[in-house]
Formats: sequence, structure tokens, C-alpha cells
Amino acid sequence: MKVKVLCRNPDDYVRETTKDLHRVPRNYDPTLHPFEVPREYTRALNATKLERVFAKPFVGSLDGHRDGISCLSKHAKSLSTVISGACDGEIKVWNLPKRECLRTVQAHEGFVRGICSRFCGSSFFTVGDDKTIKQWNMEAPGYGVREEPMNTILGKTVFTGIDHHQRQCTFATCGQTVDIWDEQRSTPILSFSWGVESFSSIRYNPVETELLASCASDRSIVLYDTRESAPLRKVIMQMRSNTICWNPMEAYYFTSANEDYNLYTYDMRNLDAPLTVHMDHVSAVLDVDYSPTGREFVSASFDKTVRIFPKDNGHSREVYHTKRMQHVISVRWSADNKYIMSGSDEMNIRLWKSNASEKLGVLSYQEKAAKNYNKKLMEKFQHHPQVKRIARHRHLPRDVLKQKREQRVMKEARRRKEQNVRKHSKPGSVPIVTEKQKHVVAIVE
Amino acid sequence: MRASVKRSSLLFLRNTWFTSSMAKHGASLEKDLSKETSALAADSGEEDLLAEPAISASEDEESSDNERKHGKLLEAISSLGARKRKKQSERSEASLQVSEFSVNAEGAGEKISLSDLLVTVEKTSGTSNKTKKQLKNLKSGKETLDAPLNKQQAEKIQRSIAYVKSRQEVSGWEKIIKENAKAQHLVFPLKHEPLGPKRVEQVVAGWKVETPLEQEVFKLLKANSQPVLDPVLTPVEEASLKAMSLEELTRKYHRIQKRAKLKEFLKNFEEMTKSNPQGALEELEKMEKSRIQERMSLKHQNSGKWAKAKAVMAKYDDSARKAMQEQLQINKDLTQKVQVLSEDDEEEEQEAVPDFVNDPEPILDAVNPWMRGRLTREEPKAKCEEGLTAAQAEHEVKEVCSAPTEAVQTVEQEEEGENEEEELIRAFERKRQQRRVEEEDSIPTDNGEVVQISDSDKEEEEGEEEEEEEHVSKFNSLFNLMQSEKTQEALEDGEGLDEGEIRVRNIEDLEVLGDDFDPQPRVPPSVTPEPAAEAVATTKTKEINLGEVLTKEANVIKVPFLPTVVDEEEHVDQISIIQEAFAGDDVVADFMRDKRKQEEASEPKEVDLTLPGWGEWGGLGIQPSQSKRKRFRKRMEAPPPRKDQKLPDVIISEKRNASIAPHQSTIRSPIGQTWNTQNVVKKMTCPKISTKMGAIIEPMEKEEFLKGTRSAGAGTAPDIRFGEDKREGRRGQSGKSQKRRDQKRK
Repeated sequence: MKVKVLCRNPDDYVRETTKDLHRVPRNYDPTLHPFEVPREYTRALNATKLERVFAKPFVGSLDGHRDGISCLSKHAKSLSTVISGACDGEIKVWNLPKRECLRTVQAHEGFVRGICSRFCGSSFFTVGDDKTIKQWNMEAPGYGVREEPMNTILGKTVFTGIDHHQRQCTFATCGQTVDIWDEQRSTPILSFSWGVESFSSIRYNPVETELLASCASDRSIVLYDTRESAPLRKVIMQMRSNTICWNPMEAYYFTSANEDYNLYTYDMRNLDAPLTVHMDHVSAVLDVDYSPTGREFVSASFDKTVRIFPKDNGHSREVYHTKRMQHVISVRWSADNKYIMSGSDEMNIRLWKSNASEKLGVLSYQEKAAKNYNKKLMEKFQHHPQVKRIARHRHLPRDVLKQKREQRVMKEARRRKEQNVRKHSKPGSVPIVTEKQKHVVAIVE
Repeated sequence: MRASVKRSSLLFLRNTWFTSSMAKHGASLEKDLSKETSALAADSGEEDLLAEPAISASEDEESSDNERKHGKLLEAISSLGARKRKKQSERSEASLQVSEFSVNAEGAGEKISLSDLLVTVEKTSGTSNKTKKQLKNLKSGKETLDAPLNKQQAEKIQRSIAYVKSRQEVSGWEKIIKENAKAQHLVFPLKHEPLGPKRVEQVVAGWKVETPLEQEVFKLLKANSQPVLDPVLTPVEEASLKAMSLEELTRKYHRIQKRAKLKEFLKNFEEMTKSNPQGALEELEKMEKSRIQERMSLKHQNSGKWAKAKAVMAKYDDSARKAMQEQLQINKDLTQKVQVLSEDDEEEEQEAVPDFVNDPEPILDAVNPWMRGRLTREEPKAKCEEGLTAAQAEHEVKEVCSAPTEAVQTVEQEEEGENEEEELIRAFERKRQQRRVEEEDSIPTDNGEVVQISDSDKEEEEGEEEEEEEHVSKFNSLFNLMQSEKTQEALEDGEGLDEGEIRVRNIEDLEVLGDDFDPQPRVPPSVTPEPAAEAVATTKTKEINLGEVLTKEANVIKVPFLPTVVDEEEHVDQISIIQEAFAGDDVVADFMRDKRKQEEASEPKEVDLTLPGWGEWGGLGIQPSQSKRKRFRKRMEAPPPRKDQKLPDVIISEKRNASIAPHQSTIRSPIGQTWNTQNVVKKMTCPKISTKMGAIIEPMEKEEFLKGTRSAGAGTAPDIRFGEDKREGRRGQSGKSQKRRDQKRK
């Protein structure tokens, strides 16, 4: 007769080596794990709270400039190098991990208006108020050797911006005209002008590398193609755009930072109205830069804050500010999508995390799994009022908060007035203009 | 040249043209010059100069002579001018028409017509006929050209054209952008460079052959058809891989040998029956003995250690399964009683088959048109027709046979056993064929040839088969006769003695089935009918054997008769097609069930709101009192009548917001480790975007991502070329470069 006995096979639970993982038997029977929704909700709520607790975005600051930072530039091939230009014509090359200045060059007289790194990272170009374009070697000169530019081009007018082509030896500057230069020549190979006296910013499209966009002082954004002899099209907006940035993953989208406190994302194929109006700043937006993944962008404003916007959302997901940070003039998103650099009026470059509560450094498997799970939970319960309230809450400087409230009142008043006008006039005579349409004045072909 | 300044504008034009062309076309110059001078200069010694070809003037060999000639030429030209100067009118009286630059204003009021300018052009031989024709057309046309657009308008047009072009170009990204937006998971940087060392061929792929040595090497590689891409195998290597393994080969070889031995044995046996019947009987007894022994032992019963081990593996391993079956087969073969049934027996057996097989099939669902008739029985018959190659057809036939009973299965197995040699040969042949096809690299055109080869195979095969069958049947009949103690004469011509009536009928049926009853007779038009027919033929011959060799469990089933209605063939076709399309789903009944379900769901329900333990004792096993339950049992209000109440064929859903449902379901399904397995959790919590630490995320590159979409439209030439040349092409506004640019961009 066979007698059945309870047996416990050591193979099932004894480790052969110490490096073997314990096998934890689990029973996924749902009756044994009740209340899954409430339990997950609690976890989501906790995750949201912890996210706010750990949100410490400020990584460090680089000080050393003796005037406000006017422009910043990433190194094309090195994550740890940043080049900054100041209002006194000084350029500094920084090492980010060490947070120290590697080089200081008195490059221009007056402002340094623009810096751009060459696509291979071997040299960089600067333009300044002294009507010169200078090319500098990325390598510092030997000890005791004077800093000399590799190449200097004397222009007829002041250059206000510069950007380098993604793969070719050409670069574009803007000033009174938009010029395309060959690195080997001292005169522009192409020059675009369209009845505007000055441009403030120029950017190459990183994907469709022959396309350019610039902001002009006549409140317009102008598009160019370097293969054409004439500009492509011009959009005139209600107020002036300060800077512009193309989406590095989506060839036809660009975002402009406007004086009217807003940012506008356009589809270059359809310029009639912006795709999205991003509003949250309470003062003029001075700079904008896309994340390398093309999903978000960061903006710097005169209201002393830096904000991060999802590319298709009208409101920011994050706002960075410190007590000492003054008007932020330039901002850049690092090429590994992890950090944000901001240069401001009070001579400091600040380094921020792009994801405020992210833990830096290498994560263990468990940490990574927990992070992903928490993120998913927050996403799952994001519309629950408690979760939403906590996730959205940000501390703002008093001034910004006041201005925000004020603007809300103003906006409401404007809306009410418009409503009243519509109410008291002939039906149809006061058309409803959407927020997107409001800001575009004209499109010039 | 001095003179030309003073002359009238017409002459000036003519002369400038003349001087410029002088440098280029010597011959034409000479001709022209002769005309001009003959008209203008009357008597000078220029005849001999002009008679000489002007080309010689440019030659350097006789330099002194040339110089002289050149001087003369110059003289002639200057004399031309001089002649003109003489003609110049002096300012003798006040006139409006005399210009202050002492240029002759003769005919200043007149307009220069095109014909004036064309005189010389027409005479020159150098200009092409085309331009002459064009000029003529111009002359005949009276219309004036429109004034050119002003600069602003022209630029505007230029800009809008350029914008449209750029917009089109940029729109090429749309697909990728949309895909990325929808993507569940994106890893940045987008360009994934595999880590570690690269294979040689990968490195070589992006190489440009430059030096002659490299060229030589590449030529060699190409000549030997060395593959550069992923499976790095030469055709020979590939073929060798495809060929059988050594193990397989030896096994096959032994099998063949065994067969040969059997044949030999049979032959010997036959001879022995002739010469030494006693010995033959002894042999037979021996065989019988071995059979008995086999029956007694557990050998080949899959009960040994090896078999048990195989049985464990059989679930996953095909070869193990096969080995086990082989063992059983051997057992079966050995335990078979070698005898032949008489015809009566067979008939009896036949009658044992139930009658329902031939009955017309009952219609299961009278309402549902889809459900009339059954498909499962008809499918294999259809397949029977479709056989592509001989082997396939045979296989198919096997399938047909295997369907009804076990007996037929054994038939199949037997057949398989017999055909192993042929299969081996066929396998080789097939492989050879494949290789040949691959070599020739013309798959569609090769079809005919393939068919031919397979045909010849067939014949060969059939011949062999028949031969073998002969042997076996001989053996059988021999045995039969020996048992019944018949004479040797009868034995010799007693070939194919027992082709039973029934079997013949069966075969005929099969054939008829094959020929006529076919649900989709014209479905594969490209297939040649021979293989199928042959397959049927082979089965025919085999069938004869089967009965003789297999004696037990010969349950032959009756095959359903042909459909009686032949006129409505097309109709039948239609029905069969529909049946096939909707096999297994009863649409109408499903719908009715669905509707009933929905109706039931919308009916008011009773809700029990009793709370146990309130107002009385509670606890495990204690039910709330009846009165309480009655009190708290509420019946919900009846909803308004359904909209689809009177519409039998429609379900109208009256649920308000169905959109909430998916959201609710996502909320309800947990994602944590407590409820899900590790892999599921990993999959569900995977972040949408992941980046690599310390990796620079480059912007998208045109070459990488638009490769597929663009190359289709633009032919073989690379679309994206960086360099001066392209930019120049785009910028240049001349017609030619414009055209080139258009080609490039489209």
C-alpha cells in the first residue's frame, strides 16, 4: 500500500550557492489579496507625497562671471562641458561635474550675444556687440600662451545671434540680416533680408538641417531654407518673440518665447495659428530650449523663474526658482535629458535636475522597479482630487504669485468685458476669437 | 574697333559680333568677312587673303607666314572701318539728328527691327537650325511680351514656391512622428549601436572600395559569391547545412539495408517454395515462432527504461515521439499474423459498418442558413484535389484515409513503411531540386521544370512501388496457396489474386470523389492536376495491398455518396464556400442569445439590502430573520420599454456613457507585484521614455529615418547629399538648375 505523506523537497527552498536568489512562493489568488484598488490608491497617494518631499531640483551653481550671463551653449560632444558668455564680453568654459571654470576668455567688447559649438565639438563660435564673429579652439591654450581666436570675422553690423549647422561647416548669424557663413570664408555665402531692421535670434532645424527660423524685431518669426534664395514665410504676432527653438525629434515643430509672457508652439506647415499656447510665466519669456527627447521644453523668463512645459500642454509641469536668482536670460537642456542649465542676471549659472524628485546616480534593480511602479501609480490615479492637488502644488515666490493672481483677474475682466460687448451688440458682429488665433496678426508670404 | 564707336548702332552690333566670333569660328569668319569686304571695299589686294582659309592663320607652324597673314587681316578690318569713316556725315548745318558725340544719327528715329539683327545670323553656318527656327517664329509673331513682374511680386511668388516645397519635404516626417507619439515605449538615444566588436562584414558594408588591391579583393569575393550580409554562409556551406546529418544518413542506410534483406529473403523464400516446400514451411514456422515470442515478451512495448525516458521527452521532442511510435510499429509488424481473409469475411465486416454514414445529413438548425451541411467531412476531399507535389498529395491522401477509422490509420503506417526508400530518394531529389532552383534564382519561371522533375520522380517511384507490391502480394498469395495446398501452376500466375470487390468499389468511390465532388474545384488554377491523380492512383494500388497485408481490424468505412443534385453545381459551390467561410459560427443563434442576455440585464432586479447583525444577533452561520429580509428586499423600478423590443434583428444599447467603462476597468486592474507576476509588472510599469545614463541624445537623422519612405519615391540616387554641389543647385535660378533641383526634391 502506498501511503501519501506530506513532503518538503529541499530542492525547492535551499540555495545551492549564496548567490542564488531565494525563491519566494507566491499565491496570486485574488481572494487572498483583496481591496486592490484602495490599496493601490493609498500607494499612489504616498508616492505623490514622497515625490513632492524629494523634489529638490537644484544641483549646484557655477559662479565666476563678473556680469550677467547673456548666453549659454552646450558642447556638441561632451556632456560635462558648458560655455557661457557674459554681458562684459567674457566667455567661460565650465566643467559641470567638478563645477569649476576651465577657461576664461575676454572675447568681445560689450555683450557676448551668442555662442555656438561646432558640430564636432572641436571649436566654438561667439558673436558680440563689437561686430565680430570669433572662432575659438575648444582646447585651452598651453600655459603662458595668450588666448587668441582661431579666426575672426569683422562684420559691418552688430551680430545678435549665432547657430551652427548640424553636420556641415556652415553657420548662421543674425543681426540686421540673416547671414549664412562658410567657416572658410570671411564673407557670408548667403544673406537674407525681408524688410526688417534687426533679428534677435536664429536657430537651425536640427532634423531638417537646411531649415532656419529667426525672430525679428517687427514681431515676426521668419522661416528660411538655405537652399533657396529667398526666405520662406513670415508670421507676425502681437508681440515680439525673443528666441526660438526647434523640436529635435519632430522636424516641423518649433516653439518661440514671446514678450507677452507666453510661449507658442507652431507647426511650420500651418502657421495660421500656433498649435499650443503655453502660458504660466508672469513676465516676458527670454529663452527656450527643447529637451533632447523632444517631449518637453524649458523656458527662462524675466519673472526670475524657469519653467518646464510638456510640448503639447498649455501649462507648465514644473517651476524652478531660488531666492537669489534674478532675471533668467538663457537656459539650456543637457544632451542626456537629465539636467537644465540656467544663466541669470546675477552672474550665476545654475544647474537643475530636469526631473525634480529623481534620484541621481545608478539605481539598483529594486529601486528602479519601485520608481517605475510609483510613476505608473501616480499616472493611474492622477485625476483623483487628492493626488492631483498634491502633485500640482508648487511654492512660488511672493511676487510671482501676486502677479499671477493679478493677471488672472485681468484676464477674467477682459473675458467678461468681451462677453458683455458680445451680449450688447448685434448677434454675430463680435466674433469669438480663440486664444490661439488671438496672438497671430498676419502671415506674410 | 575704333570705328565701331562712331558708327551707327546697327553696324556697331554687327561688328562686335563679328570681332567676337572671329576668335572662335575661323571658317565662318572668313566667309562673313568675304561678303562684307566685297560689298564695302572695291579694289584692294584682299582677294588672295580671303581665299585662304582663316584656320591656317591660327596655326603656329609657319609663324612668319601667319604673322603676315594676320597683319593683312588686321589691315582688312581697319580698312573696313576706314571705308565707314569716309561715309560719315559731316556736321554742315544745324540739325537735331546729329548727336554731340559725332555718332552718325542717321535713321535715329527708326526702330531697329529684329530682322536687321538676324541677317547675319541666318547666313552663318555655325548657328543651329533650332535657334534659326526659333528666331523665325519670333519674327513672324506679332505679340509683344508682357512686362516682367515687379520685384516684390516676383519675390513673393518665389517665396511661396519655396515654402510649399519645404513644407512637402518636412511632411515626410509625419509618419515617424505619429508613430513615436503613439509608441508605448521609446528608448533614447534612438540610434542603437550594438556594443562590443562588430563583425567583419558589418564593417565592410559601409566601406568604399578605393585602392586597386581592395578592388581586387572585392572582385574575388563577389566572384565566389561570398555573402556579406547576416548569415555568413557561402551557397555551398548552406547546401551542406541543408543536407542530412551523418546520423540521419546512417539510420536511413540501415533501414534500406533491412528492406533489401527482406526482399532477398522473400525471393529466397519463393524459390524455396518451388524447390523445397518443406524447407519453406519450416521457415514459416520459424516466423510464426518469432511472432509468438514477440507477443509474449514486453519488447517493443514501450515499457522499458529507455521507453519511459522517451515518454517523458515525447511531450516536447518530436524525435522521441517518433522513436516510440517506431517501436510500436515494430511490435505490430512482428505480432501480425500472416494470413489473408477470404472475401466473405470482408463482406461481413463491411456490413458491420453502421448505415448512418451514407444517410443524408440531417439539417441541424433549420433557421440558420449557415448551419446546413457539415464542413468537416468535406474539407479533406477538397484537399485531395489540391495536392501540389506528389509528396504533398500523398500526404493529403493519407490524411483522408486517416480520418474515419483506426484501420485506415494502420494502412497509412504500412504504406509509410513501404515507402521509406522512396521517401529517402525523394528527399534527396527534393533537396537537389531546391538547390538547383536556388542556384538558378528564378523562382517563378522554374515552375514548369519543377513539375517535370517531380513527374519523372513519380514514375520512377511508382515503378518501384509496384515492384515491391508485387513481391509482397506474391508472398501473401504464396502463403495462401500453401495453406490451401494448391498446385504450383496456379501459384505462378496468381498475381493480384485477391482484389476484393469492396475495395474496388472503395477506390472507385475515392476516384469519383476526387474527380467530381469538389467544393471548390477551380480554386488553384496554377496547380497541375497530374500529381493529385497520380496520388489517387498510388493509393489505388496500395489499397490492394493493404487488405492482404493487414488482416485485423480492417474496418472499412463507407464513404458518403455523391450529392444527388448535379444540376445545381454552382449553387452547391456557393453554399460550400459560405459554409467554409462561416464554419463553426452560428451567427443567428449567437445574436439571439446576445439579445436575450441584454434584455435580461435590463430587467428590474431585486436588491437585498439587509445588513446582518443590525437589530439582532449576528455572526457566522446566523441568517438575518425572514421578516427583515423581506423588509429590506427592494425591487428596482422597471425601466422604460426597450427601443428594440419590436425589432427582432436589432440590439439598441441604452447604456449612457460607455466611455467610462474602460477607464474604470483600468482603475480596477491592479499593477502591483501583490497581484501580478513579476514579468507582468515589469511590462506594465515600463516607463514611456527611457534614456541611457551619460549618453548624448542626438537629434533625429534624416538618413536614418527617412530611408525607406524616400528611396521609394526618388529612385536609386541618394536623396540627401551634403556638399556644395547640392546647395548650388538649389540656389541657382537658371532654368537648368531649377529643373535639376525639382528632380532632386521630388
